[in-house]
Amino acid sequence: MKRSELKQRKLDATQARVLDVQMPDGASWAKSLREDALSRLLTMGLPAARDEYWRWTRPDTLISAEVPKAATFSADEAPLFSSIDRLKVVFVDGVFDADASDDLSGENLEIMRLSDALATDIHWVRDAYGVQEKKAQVPVERPMATFNTAFATDGIVLRATGKVSRPVSLIYLHQDDSSEAILHHVIRVEEGAEVTVLENGPAAARFNKVMEVDVADGAAFHHVRAQGRDHERRAVTHLFATVGSEATFKSFTMTANGVLTRNEAFIDIIGDDSVAHIAGAAMGDGDFHHDDTVFITHDAERCESRQVFKKVLRNGAKGVFQGKILVKEGAQKTDGYQISQGLLLDDDSQFLAKPELEIYADDVACSHGSTVGAIDEEALFYLRSRGVTTPEATDLLVIAFLAEAIEEIESPEIVEDVLHRFEGWLQRRRS
Amino acid sequence: MLEIKNLHVKLEEEDKQILKGVNLQVGPGEVHAIMGPNGSGKSTTSYVLSGRDGYEVTEGEVLLDDENILELEPEERAAAGLFLAFQYPVEIPGVSNMTFLRTAVNAQRKARDEEELSATDFLKLVRAKAKSLKIDADMLKRPVNMGFSGGEKKRNEILQMAMLEPKLCILDETDSGLDVDAMKLVSEGVNALRDGKRSFVVITHYQRLLDHIKPDVVHIMYDGRIVKTGGPDLALEVENNGYADILAEVENA
Repeated sequence: MKRSELKQRKLDATQARVLDVQMPDGASWAKSLREDALSRLLTMGLPAARDEYWRWTRPDTLISAEVPKAATFSADEAPLFSSIDRLKVVFVDGVFDADASDDLSGENLEIMRLSDALATDIHWVRDAYGVQEKKAQVPVERPMATFNTAFATDGIVLRATGKVSRPVSLIYLHQDDSSEAILHHVIRVEEGAEVTVLENGPAAARFNKVMEVDVADGAAFHHVRAQGRDHERRAVTHLFATVGSEATFKSFTMTANGVLTRNEAFIDIIGDDSVAHIAGAAMGDGDFHHDDTVFITHDAERCESRQVFKKVLRNGAKGVFQGKILVKEGAQKTDGYQISQGLLLDDDSQFLAKPELEIYADDVACSHGSTVGAIDEEALFYLRSRGVTTPEATDLLVIAFLAEAIEEIESPEIVEDVLHRFEGWLQRRRS
Repeated sequence: MLEIKNLHVKLEEEDKQILKGVNLQVGPGEVHAIMGPNGSGKSTTSYVLSGRDGYEVTEGEVLLDDENILELEPEERAAAGLFLAFQYPVEIPGVSNMTFLRTAVNAQRKARDEEELSATDFLKLVRAKAKSLKIDADMLKRPVNMGFSGGEKKRNEILQMAMLEPKLCILDETDSGLDVDAMKLVSEGVNALRDGKRSFVVITHYQRLLDHIKPDVVHIMYDGRIVKTGGPDLALEVENNGYADILAEVENA
């Protein structure tokens, strides 16, 4: 089939797909932003298997009209972050649950539902909704995010004006086995402000989420998320961030389970002397499929970026990493680091990686590495020779493999909690 | 304590016989040294005793307190009281030395149906033992053997030995890569563990380690067998004349 025919087929499919999707109500300015997103979507088309960045992750079940069913799962342990003093914002199958949520207010914090914000006229939201998503379509199209901008039903808008003491915790509950959730969060961390956002839960049978974060000069944004234990769930998420000067952006994601997860991140460093770290630790079993697609742009001097992605795969599970560091002309003294590693616990599992560097400045230090391997037999024997049983020694080495990613979490309390989850996951699978 | 009877071992992957009938008896509280030229089978003996993969025992048996340990997994041998101080201690990124030690101590206690050590008790114990080996808090916090110097690695082996309190300690060329001071420190650590019951097999090329850790019996290994056994003087003989005389004597016998 010719290229043009393929493209036409893609556009036809996109047209057919969006036909029945209702565009949520809102103020006219919001409506026009959504209409703009829809028209952009109809020009680029939804992802197809032949697209360069979708070769390793099949998009069909993410874009099908019918939502593939996903059984809900009730865990016997308290969800992650339960012990942390936080401001809870609860969504059930993508619908805001006011009763289960805390009062949406806090010191140095403006926070409200996206659906409310888009129905009124909040100046900064008007200048932010879908803006980073739109900008991030070059050089690689991210149509699932554009779809989200057009059709997101809810989310939060959050503005931190100083140091926010309690983390804002977004909790995504899943109760309906064929639900679809489309959430869009808009976050602005003002100059010198600081906020931590936590996310956890499976959200829905199929989840499409966008988070746009604007970290102003001297501000700090911390983000930790856990993607839920419902194994049959599907998720496509986009994290867009703009990082100002002397600012800090840190994001960590843990994933254990999920037949399809595609996490895209697009981080634009535009101010000098700032730091952007993004990390992920994933553990998967059987038909687990996990994809991290990351794009970091350095467009300022003396900035540091780190991408640390680790995946433990067993029993036929599949991991994908596509990561890029782009250093623009003039972004001197850039310190860029990227590591992606797959640990395969058997011969059936698979880790696919595409690390990329694109550098247009001449005074930078960038390193990247990608490895795939099995448990280190030497280390395993060493542990066993000290009396540690094979399953226990294996688990210890698996956790050790993830350490570099988990260490990116700032809070020791959350580190402990995350480690505990991974240990539990491994223990449940001991033969 | 330890009895090696007519041990024959070949490499699993290739048809190469390494041990060709090793016999050795080590009584409780005894220190035996095994010396010998490169390639004689010294390290292979230590690996086979500890249960490392890649070797096939074609004949013979190894008894630890009258139990044949060749059927046991490495972790079971450790729980039974066998400890190998590695010639090349392994680096384990991501696992702190402290976690490693606590996991090992508690795994062995569990295997012996003993109660696990509480975090506080463990910490007290490890700090006291580390101090005498001049292992500082930083070395305990760092990942296992990562960035350790040769001497630090060997001291760390002795710390593990001290924490695990095995019945039988095998030291595989623990002196290699050590300067005089480090050798002294390591030897003091080993000697502190001599209590009249615990036994030691010290594998070394050089006599100098045996100045610090005084052996009761010295064996010379050559071509997969123990070809000569004697007292501490035998080590001195090797030091002075090399192996040539002894081996010539053996071959002419």
